[in-house]
Amino acid sequence: MSVQTTDYAASEIRSPASLVANRVFIYGALMFWAFICLFPIYWTITTSFKTAVDVTQGHLIPFIDFQPDWKGWRSLGLSPDSIFRTSTVRDEFIKRFMNSVITSVGASSLAIIIGSLAAYGLTRYRYKFAWFRNEDISFFFLSQLILPPVVLALPFLVLYREVALLDTRVGLILLYTLMVLPIVIWIMRDQFNSIPVELEEAALVDGLSIWGAFFRIVMPIALPGMVAAFILAMVLCWNEYFFAALLTSTDAKTIPVMVASQTGSQGINWWSMAALATAAITPLAVIGIALERYLIMGMTAGAVK
Amino acid sequence: MADQTLSTNAWPANAAPSDLISPGRKRLGWALMAVATLGLLATIAVQILYKTEVDTIGFETWRPVVYAYVLWGIALGIGQVLTRGEDGQRALFLLPALLFTIAMVIFPTLFGFYIALTDWNLSSFSGRKFNGLDNFWQMLSDSYYRNALFNMVLYVLAVFVEYVIAFGLALLLNAQIRARKFFRVVFLMPLMLSPVAVSWMIGKSLMEYRFGPAATLARHLGWENPAFFSNPITARISIMVLDAWTFIPFMMIMLLAGLQAMSREVLEAARVDGASAWQTFWQVTFPLMLPVSVTAVILRIIFKLKLADIIITVTSGGPGGATDSVSSFIYREYRDRSNVGYGTMLAMAYLILIVVFVTWLLKFASRFVRNVN
Repeated sequence: MSVQTTDYAASEIRSPASLVANRVFIYGALMFWAFICLFPIYWTITTSFKTAVDVTQGHLIPFIDFQPDWKGWRSLGLSPDSIFRTSTVRDEFIKRFMNSVITSVGASSLAIIIGSLAAYGLTRYRYKFAWFRNEDISFFFLSQLILPPVVLALPFLVLYREVALLDTRVGLILLYTLMVLPIVIWIMRDQFNSIPVELEEAALVDGLSIWGAFFRIVMPIALPGMVAAFILAMVLCWNEYFFAALLTSTDAKTIPVMVASQTGSQGINWWSMAALATAAITPLAVIGIALERYLIMGMTAGAVK
Repeated sequence: MADQTLSTNAWPANAAPSDLISPGRKRLGWALMAVATLGLLATIAVQILYKTEVDTIGFETWRPVVYAYVLWGIALGIGQVLTRGEDGQRALFLLPALLFTIAMVIFPTLFGFYIALTDWNLSSFSGRKFNGLDNFWQMLSDSYYRNALFNMVLYVLAVFVEYVIAFGLALLLNAQIRARKFFRVVFLMPLMLSPVAVSWMIGKSLMEYRFGPAATLARHLGWENPAFFSNPITARISIMVLDAWTFIPFMMIMLLAGLQAMSREVLEAARVDGASAWQTFWQVTFPLMLPVSVTAVILRIIFKLKLADIIITVTSGGPGGATDSVSSFIYREYRDRSNVGYGTMLAMAYLILIVVFVTWLLKFASRFVRNVN
């Protein structure tokens, strides 16, 4: 599969027939994988408009196979006829949704602030902290990436109970910050390394302080990188399940925990589950489409020298 | 902390060097740091005394200690600037992240090692008691834990299959195609979706035995009894497929960036020399892509070692623990049996194992890259 596609250069000198075959293969493979990526999403969205009969008979195409129905969305209180009525499920959903928004935005912001500062310091100055030098400090931060959540989960469960942070959004924000900090530092180090030092030197000659140069000269240039790191951190926090499942119970539950708790129950209502899953993935799907450029920028930082 | 500035250039000395800082300012800085440190220690001492019921003055929870730590951190930062001038300002860049990570990692990990040596079940009344290495011996004879470790080996090996697919997709996206942006967005989409939602979307509905489309398709293709999660082998493969679906885009994007950074001239030269597409790939593209590939695979393995949410939500480790990853196994050890002490021992053992493994992997990878190039 991988081989034929490298010959974009060689294909010019081949016969027309093999050129066509090559094109057919490439587009065929692309369409096939696009189908694999999109079908589960399509299936989920359409299922949220199905009734029990449509689910059991495996109907796939709306309006042709089956008549769309608001049943799934009504059970969430989000269909047109139920949106203005009171609905406990909707209140629950909105509460979880807001928890997710607050924790992921809060954690990403905190991680961006302290992560960018640290990354800037590490790329521009030499530190010595006991016997730790810059490389050691960088390694210390990045090595947090391999720490599996399960190692921290149980100690944090106990510690959070002691400091009354269990089942609070602040508690989750702190943990999520810890989780994304290595990634933010990784991305921002790459960003700051690509900014020439001469800019800051000029700023210092003009009488700016170190922090003044950072805020007025470096930050505006590094802003796209910060956006990229922020979005990537958002995605990771929004989708996080392990800590949220262990450390929250009623107040601070996030969307993934709500989705998971519904799947566990007996006799799943497919339509309402599908509606819930659709609502849970929509925000990130929109972000993915709109800010794809930044996501890719974040993921490829430091990968290619 | 910051002893001097010498990152390729000498900064203009426009701010006061440390010897120009007035002794009064220095004294103030030292005093501030001393007071803050004393305050923090005093808070901790009072709280320990209160909790051990030596005295009656204290706080209901340890929360004030957290506040004291934050205040201490702030005072430390101000003290650095007061006593060391510009060097202190430089240290200020690093301090917040450093203090945060130390507080959030070092202390809980040490605490975790202590919990691992206790017999502590949250659902029993006896509370926590130290039992030395009992948990460790229990772990050695725990066949479910061994099985979970073995599964992790399988799951990590699946990364290489994901890598081949991701490389193929990256090559496809790098070919001369129309609508490249469209395909890139579509291919990236699975990575954006919450694994828990994906577990339901694919694991619980598409692969549902009675009327899931994937099961229907499998029946059409001749698999009479498409139960994806009832047999240990197919269940493991299904979990791998689910996880691969979400994470292939991650490697694909990194590999694509590598392909795009590759110089056209080298490929041109290979073509002029008469190399076939197959030869060009193996002799030029693949070796040049090796560093990026290694980075992508290692990062992916690190993420794979944390695999838990899909397993927890789709199979809860079943059938009979066959699909358990270490994380999901420990999760259930806590959730179902409230066995904090033993669960933590398992987690700590896992931590040591993966630190050793990842260290070896990094060494091996850097040598591998050097040898090939």
